[in-house]
Amino acid sequence: MAPENKLDKSKMVVVEGSYAVAHAAKVCRPNVISAYPITPQTHIVEDLSQFMADGEIPNCEYINVESEFSALSALVGSSAAGARCYSATTSQGLELMHEVLFNISGMRLPVVMTIANRAVSAPISIWNDHQDAISQRDTGWLQLYAENIQEVSDMTAQAYKISEDKDILMPSMTCMDGFILSHVYEPVVLLEQDLTDEFLPTYEPEYVLDPKNPMSFGAFADPNYYTEFRYMQEQAMQRALKKIEDVANEFYDVYGRYYGGLIDEYRTDDADIIIMAMGSIVGTIKDVIDKLRDRNVKVGLLKVRSFRPFPVEAIKNVVKDAKVVVVLDKNISLGLNEGALFTETKSSLYNTDIRVPVVGYMVGHGGRDIKFDTIEKIVAEAEDVIKTGIKIESQFTDVKEELL
Amino acid sequence: MKSLLAPGHRGCAGCCDAMAAKFALMGAGEDCIVVNPTGCLEVMTTPFPETAWDVPWIHSLFENAAAVGSGIEAALKALGKADKAKVLVMGGDGATLDIGMRSISGAFERGHNLTYVCIDNEAYMNTGVQRSGATPYNASTTTSPSGKVSFGNPRPKKNMPAIMVAHGAPYVTTTSIGYPKDMINKVKKATEIEGPTYVHSHAPCTTGWGFDTSKTVEVAKMAVQTGLWPLYEVEDGEVTKVRKLGKNIKPVEEYLKMQRRFKHLFTMEGGEAEIAKIQAIADKNIEEFGL
Repeated sequence: MAPENKLDKSKMVVVEGSYAVAHAAKVCRPNVISAYPITPQTHIVEDLSQFMADGEIPNCEYINVESEFSALSALVGSSAAGARCYSATTSQGLELMHEVLFNISGMRLPVVMTIANRAVSAPISIWNDHQDAISQRDTGWLQLYAENIQEVSDMTAQAYKISEDKDILMPSMTCMDGFILSHVYEPVVLLEQDLTDEFLPTYEPEYVLDPKNPMSFGAFADPNYYTEFRYMQEQAMQRALKKIEDVANEFYDVYGRYYGGLIDEYRTDDADIIIMAMGSIVGTIKDVIDKLRDRNVKVGLLKVRSFRPFPVEAIKNVVKDAKVVVVLDKNISLGLNEGALFTETKSSLYNTDIRVPVVGYMVGHGGRDIKFDTIEKIVAEAEDVIKTGIKIESQFTDVKEELL
Repeated sequence: MKSLLAPGHRGCAGCCDAMAAKFALMGAGEDCIVVNPTGCLEVMTTPFPETAWDVPWIHSLFENAAAVGSGIEAALKALGKADKAKVLVMGGDGATLDIGMRSISGAFERGHNLTYVCIDNEAYMNTGVQRSGATPYNASTTTSPSGKVSFGNPRPKKNMPAIMVAHGAPYVTTTSIGYPKDMINKVKKATEIEGPTYVHSHAPCTTGWGFDTSKTVEVAKMAVQTGLWPLYEVEDGEVTKVRKLGKNIKPVEEYLKMQRRFKHLFTMEGGEAEIAKIQAIADKNIEEFGL
C-alpha cells in the first residue's frame, strides 16, 4: 500500500514551477551549474543566476556557456573533478546535447538535469510534448517524469540520491512539462534545506581527476572491452529499478511526501480499463476517472514515473487483470505510427501469459490541449475494444482533417 | 626533467604528438589535469586497460575539450582546490581550429584559468590524412588531393593564434616541437599566467606529411627557418617576443621538397609559380614579425 502523502499546508507558498525547481537545485548544494537559456527552461536558469548573484549557493560556480553542447560538456569535466553538477534544458537544447549525453552516462558521471519538455522542430514549436526526452531514451540517462510542480521539485533531490549511489552512478533527467508545469504558479512546499541535508549526503566520488592519484577517464576501448562497459551500464540501470523505489520511500520518511516509485496508481484495484500516461496529463486523467467512476465506468490510471529504467514488472503487475490498457503518448516514433510508451508496454507483455489488449493514442503534440472530452472518447473506444477487440491499434487524436 | 608521458604508447616511430605531449607536460609539471579531445594522441596513449599518462587525464569528445576544461576549472574553484591543479587542454588542429572552435571561443571569452595547447600537424591524421582548417596552401591530403587540375589544398591555414589574440587572451604563443626548450618554457609560462592562455605548437607528422621517421625535428625546424611558421609571443594583445632568423632564412623550396605532400609542386606544370605563392606567404610573415 502506498504511503499517504502528508503535504504540510502551513508550509505552502505559491511560486512558479521553474522557481520551485531552481530552489530544489539550490538546496541540493550543487558545486557547478552550467546551462544555456532556452524556452521554456529559461526561468529555471534565471532563478539560479539570481541565487548566485545574491550569494545564496555556497561553494558553487555557475558557468554561462555559449551553447547547450558546452553546458553539458563542462559538466563532464566538473563531475569527473568531483563536483555535484546541475543543468537544465529542453527541446533543441537537449537534442544538441545528444552526443554528450552518451558520454556522461558512459563515464558513469551522476549529473542531474531538469528537462522542461518541449516539442522539437521543424516546424518550430515552443510548446509541450515529450518528443525531446523520448528521443534521448537510449543515451543511458534515467528519465523520471513528474505530474506536478511539487513532484518535480522533490524529484530533484531524489534524482541526486539515485544517481550518486555507488551501485548506480548513472545520470538523471527529471522531466517536467514545459509551460504546463514550468510557467504555472501553484501552492507548493519548497524543499527545506535542513531536511535535504539530512536526506541527501555530500557527493563523495570514488574516482576523481586528482594529480595526487592520477587516473585516465574515458579511455579508448577496442572490441575486447567495449561490450563489458555497455553491459555494466545496463546492469546499473536494472539496479536503479529498486533504487528508485527505495529512494521514494526514503524521501517519504524524511519529508512525508510520496508520488509513487517507478509508477503510481489511481483507482486501479478493480479497473477493467487502465489508462497509462506520463507527466502533467495524469492530473487531467484523474479528474476524468472520477467523473467516469460516478457513472460506474471501471477505469483507473497507471502513471509511469520512471521511463528509464523501464518498469516492466511493475507495469505487468498492474495491468494483468485489466480488460484493456490504453496508452497515451505525447511523442511518436515516426515510421511505426506509435508512441514510445505504447511500444514498450506492448513489448513488456508479449512474452508473458498476460493477454490484455493494448491500444495507443498519440496526444498533445506541440502543446495541443488534451481535453476531458478527448479522454472520455478514448475511454469509450476502449469499452468497445473490450466488446469487439482491437480495430485500430495506434492512432493520433484530435487531428484537424480540415488542415490536411 | 621527469617525463610524465610513459614510453610504450602506441604512436608511430617519429610521432610528433608524443613529443608535443611530453614537452607540454614538462612545461606544465605534474600538478596538472589533462583534457584531450579525440585524435591520434588520445587513441595511441589510452588503449584500455592501459594508459601512458602519469597525470590525471580525461577524454570526452572531439569538439568539447575546452568546455570540459572549463568545467574542471570551475569544479576545482568550487571545491577549494584551484591551487592544487592546473588545467591543460591538448588537442590537435582539427579539434582546435575546426570542430572544437565554438567550445574554445566560449572558454576563452569566459576567461577560465586554463592553458590550451594546439598540436598542429596540419590535417586529420587519426583518420588518414584528410584536410583541416590548418592544412597549408597546396598541401595534398586525401580530401584535398593534387590531381590533373588541382595543386592540392586551395586555401591557406586559418590564423588561429590571431583569433585567440582577438579573444583578449593574456598570453598567446606559437612554438614548435622542433624547439623543445622553446615549447617547454612557453607552456610553463602559459600555465603560470592567470586566465585562458593559448600555445600553438607546430608538429610535423611523419605519416601524413611523408618524410622519414628520423626527420621529424629537422622538418619542424625547417618550417620555422623558412618563415612559414614564425615563433612569437603575444601578451595582452602585443607581440612581446619573436624568434629572429637573421641571415639564416631558408627558401621555402627546401622545406617543401622534404615532404611527399608537396611533391606534386615539383612535377606539375605551373608548380614553380605555386611555390612562389608559398614563398610569398613566408615573406609576409618575415616582414610582419621582423624575422
